Amino acid sequence: MTAGPSRSVRSSNTRACEGPLAIGLGAGHASDSPGRRKAATAEAHRATEAIWRIESARLIAGLARVVGDIGTAEELAQDALVAALEQWPAEGVPERPGAWLMGTAKHRAFDLIRRRKMLERKHEEIGRELERTQEGLEVDTAIEADVGDDLLGLIFMACHPVLAKDARVALTLRVLGGLTTDEIARAFLVPVPTIAQRIVRAKRTLAEAHVNFEVPRGAERVASLASVLEVIYLIFNEGYSATAGTDWVRPALCEEALRLGRILAELIPTEPEVLGLVALMEIQASRLGARVGPSGEPVLLLDQDRARWDRLLIRRGLAALDRAEGLGGALGPYALQAAIASCHARATTAAETDWPRIVALYDAVAELAPSPVVELNRAVAVGMAFGPAAGLDLVDALVGEPSLKSYHLLPAVRGDLLRKLGRMEEAVAEFLRAASLTDNVPERDLLQRRAVECAAERMTG
Amino acid sequence: MRVLIMAKEGEQSAAATPPTPEAMAEYQKFNDELVKAGVVLEAGRLYPSSQSKRVRFDGKKRTVIDGPFAETKELVAGYWLWQVRSIDEALEWLKRAPYDGGTFEVRQVLEYEGM
Repeated sequence: MTAGPSRSVRSSNTRACEGPLAIGLGAGHASDSPGRRKAATAEAHRATEAIWRIESARLIAGLARVVGDIGTAEELAQDALVAALEQWPAEGVPERPGAWLMGTAKHRAFDLIRRRKMLERKHEEIGRELERTQEGLEVDTAIEADVGDDLLGLIFMACHPVLAKDARVALTLRVLGGLTTDEIARAFLVPVPTIAQRIVRAKRTLAEAHVNFEVPRGAERVASLASVLEVIYLIFNEGYSATAGTDWVRPALCEEALRLGRILAELIPTEPEVLGLVALMEIQASRLGARVGPSGEPVLLLDQDRARWDRLLIRRGLAALDRAEGLGGALGPYALQAAIASCHARATTAAETDWPRIVALYDAVAELAPSPVVELNRAVAVGMAFGPAAGLDLVDALVGEPSLKSYHLLPAVRGDLLRKLGRMEEAVAEFLRAASLTDNVPERDLLQRRAVECAAERMTG
Repeated sequence: MRVLIMAKEGEQSAAATPPTPEAMAEYQKFNDELVKAGVVLEAGRLYPSSQSKRVRFDGKKRTVIDGPFAETKELVAGYWLWQVRSIDEALEWLKRAPYDGGTFEVRQVLEYEGM
């Protein structure tokens, strides 16, 4: 089989110095070489950026195991990236760029450790040559240890419960997602310095709390894993129903969260809740395309065109849920929510939804992880399964709940149930209150439209 | 973004030597790495074109054409559906594939219509 033309174009980049291109430059084709070199530089930069995206998490993880903290590991990795950006455009992208970056960073880590140890042991008399060899071996073994374990260690460290939620999210996207501070700031619609500060503070908190780079075990592992899953789902949710701004959904954030979830499910394939979270995100993401109307307005679940749901993601989600259920034992909160999502995914039309089963699943969620938001969701399901009056009773019980005081979906759900009961005047007030409580523009418009519809129905009805 | 990778490896005739166990293991290793990185959404191999059909549309007329098809270099022997952040990321992954022949085409999938 001969290599196609596109392949040989690429290889001229990777071997720019030894191939015909280098000879051409040397032979004095001065007229086109600057342009060609510029193009090659731009291409090498793009390639380097892509390689960074692929390698950075593994790189930082491997280094963090050696040096012990995320901050130093990230600095070493960044230094290696800078070296790559300097060298690759001229010398070509190496055949194994990941190994190159790791090798470069490893040398710097080695120097750093040597300097640290020199400080620690300045009174001891140790043959410098001997020390070098031994430490060289230590660093080598540490860096070549199980990459999966390293990644897990990094995930647990970035999502450590000692950190505030905001900090965990920012640090995770930065060191595991390979996103820049600018990209994170854009995604969360906050100023760049805010994110930069969050990350700096998070690293300091980890250092001050002496958080070790390790995969936690036993009871600590349960708490740590819950914290990891929470971070991933927070990222997903910010993309799935943005709390602020002019976009109703931001798919890129959902994709980041899904990617992190899929990686985690590969690293710990026997944790039902990891699979449960992945299943939940896959199924919810299958509706992304159907959740937005032609002018960017939100389309709620029961009004969506189900033909636009992504069958591939549904299939992947159902498969992950099957695997979670197959591991045995009672389902956790994420797997239960995935099971609820699967009820919707399996219904060909909204009318075919198995609401009694959804109510039963919400009962189980409420038992495991009771929260006012779960109660509110349960009330919606009860309203669908057993009529709006039954749903309204449950919602009314939540009205005084302090944690839902500024939660726009409480009045939105209440408005919806009141509307179904024909109590239009109250429904209008609830929808307007809901609209005043959200900062997301398309969602606010939708709620205001509902209020207008109810007002009109009151006039005609 | 999603990208479709089409492996234009040419026609796989029945007489062709099957891949060696070493080559299969290499491929498996590469695919595992992709899965572990959360990149692969879907992957598949296709039967040779001798077992394929084509349907040609011409106004109201439909013509079914039996394989095998002649344009061997353009024939797709397998595909991947990847979730990546950029075309460049897809290219960097693809360059690491353990193949020594064939052309692999990278196409972005249209998504999120109306957004």
